[in-house]
Amino acid sequence: MWKVIIRRLLMMIPQLIILSVLIFLLAKAMPGDPFSGLIGPKTDPKQIEALREAAGLNDPWWQQYTHWMSNALHGDFGMSYTMHLPVSELIGSRMINTFWLSLLAVILTYLIAIPMAIFAAKNEGSWKDQVLLVYNSITFGIPAYVIYLFAIFVFGFVLGWFPTGGTVSPEASGWLAELGSRIYHMILPATTMALLGTTGIFTYLRSGILDEQNQDYVKTARAKGVGENAIFTRHIFRNALLPIAANFGFVITGLLGGAIFAETIFGYPGLGQLFITAITSRDYSVITALILLNGVLALIGGMLSDIIMAIVDPRIRIE
Amino acid sequence: MFKQIKIKKNTGLLWETIKREFKHDQVAAYSFYSLVAFLLIIFIGAAFVPKNMYVDVSIMDQYIAPFVDGHLLGTDAGGHDVLIMLLVSTRNSLWIAIAVTLLTLIIGITFGTITGYFGGKFDLVFMRITDFIMILPVLMIIIVLVTIIPHYNALTLILLMSAFYWIGTMRLIRSRVLTESQRDYVKASKTSGTPNLVIMFREIVPNLTSLIIAESTLMFAGNIGIETGLSFLGFGLPAGTPSLGNMINEATNPETMTQRPWTWIPAAVVILFVVLAIIFIGQALRRVADKQQASL
Repeated sequence: MWKVIIRRLLMMIPQLIILSVLIFLLAKAMPGDPFSGLIGPKTDPKQIEALREAAGLNDPWWQQYTHWMSNALHGDFGMSYTMHLPVSELIGSRMINTFWLSLLAVILTYLIAIPMAIFAAKNEGSWKDQVLLVYNSITFGIPAYVIYLFAIFVFGFVLGWFPTGGTVSPEASGWLAELGSRIYHMILPATTMALLGTTGIFTYLRSGILDEQNQDYVKTARAKGVGENAIFTRHIFRNALLPIAANFGFVITGLLGGAIFAETIFGYPGLGQLFITAITSRDYSVITALILLNGVLALIGGMLSDIIMAIVDPRIRIE
Repeated sequence: MFKQIKIKKNTGLLWETIKREFKHDQVAAYSFYSLVAFLLIIFIGAAFVPKNMYVDVSIMDQYIAPFVDGHLLGTDAGGHDVLIMLLVSTRNSLWIAIAVTLLTLIIGITFGTITGYFGGKFDLVFMRITDFIMILPVLMIIIVLVTIIPHYNALTLILLMSAFYWIGTMRLIRSRVLTESQRDYVKASKTSGTPNLVIMFREIVPNLTSLIIAESTLMFAGNIGIETGLSFLGFGLPAGTPSLGNMINEATNPETMTQRPWTWIPAAVVILFVVLAIIFIGQALRRVADKQQASL
């Protein structure tokens, strides 16, 4: 077990290096540098130039890269050009918002997708199964942002059932009212995201159940006289969940990445919205940090997925 | 001689199977007819629109309500007729999606066939590279590149999207070619001394036709979503080249979204209609592909 985890951790090192070099080069292609955020109407250009020299921005690129990397490892991504805040502070405050919205969306997605898949598998081939299959192929193919727009237009503006932006209303006082207001602000985006995001879980779980149903161990269990419910929950369902578990690492790290379209459209101040505001104001230090964050999260997600698979499926450990 | 006959028979069979599937699946059939009719109207209609009608801005005509002053669907922020914009935008968005789909298909089929056929070290290295590209935050990187590339235009957007989105096709084709190369006809061809290139692209790839057709229709729908999504955020087609996404972008202003819904709803409805029709057609084609693969 530990061998798998350590081997997987070691595999991540070259990936991280390649990723960071790529993003560093991308950052170099963007105009501006970490000190542009310090420039105000009263700053002396010579002072900035001295800072640049001191920070080694006139060094060859590989020296700059190692410098940038060690700063990044210490959580220092420079200053935001437009908001005059340390990038790490800015990202930290937005990440909490993104985390709660994504968490609610993911929980709702599983709550919708799992019963849907079980129901479809139990009614395989019937019209109920067909309807769910069509629903999932539509939600998978349709551009989600169009549905987000209609959702906020209808339920936010026309009907006025939900707030149309922000995380918490200013009137809310006391932690209970604040918590309620927070959840209230997240319901519409999270539900819409969940309703459109079921396809992956649905498809894998449904076909997983259908495959496992005909396995020999199920026949054995039935021959032993195990009840149908126990066969389903303790044998079929458990094994059918494996392919979903394989993706779970990405789900965990995805909670922190930020949803560009959903957050922009629902006016929710998370990392996805921060990315768009940063790119519209050409705030390149924030952009670089966000891309690096998402890349690293995906790498960690892949690693976690492999480790989770090794834990739940002992067959993998042998390899 | 014998090979040629076999391929011809296959494609003929494919057409028959597709026709039968569409007869069986009424929704797919109606989607197909209405989509073809819609595309004809769009491409013929857009061809007659003079350029100044969607490039020139006239503030005086801004946000005229529908059915006023002969504007059937009203006008947008630049004073353009929404119906005219809809024609040109749909044409542009469809062209981009078609171009990206074709490019990703060509790249994906070429690399997928080569890696799947030869396998070995080359395949392993190639798969590691694509694994890596797949975890990149592609959408963010495309948006950044859009903002920093000088002289950015529609062609740049096509190349940018294709540069990142060929990987899905490549991996699908690779996995199918991998199983296909184990089949007897490939082995027989190899022993009789047929060059590898001929085996790959004249024997294996034609057998994947049904799969490629089905996947490319669904990819086409996806590419419409990506392009209009990027344009909606303001990082797709440049200003002055109307896109359905640029039109929907009006909805980012809450006041325009609620007070002047005619500026963005038509474009959103067109996207939904086109994508839905393609999904229904694609589903039917995918069933055909599954049957073909099973019968081979």
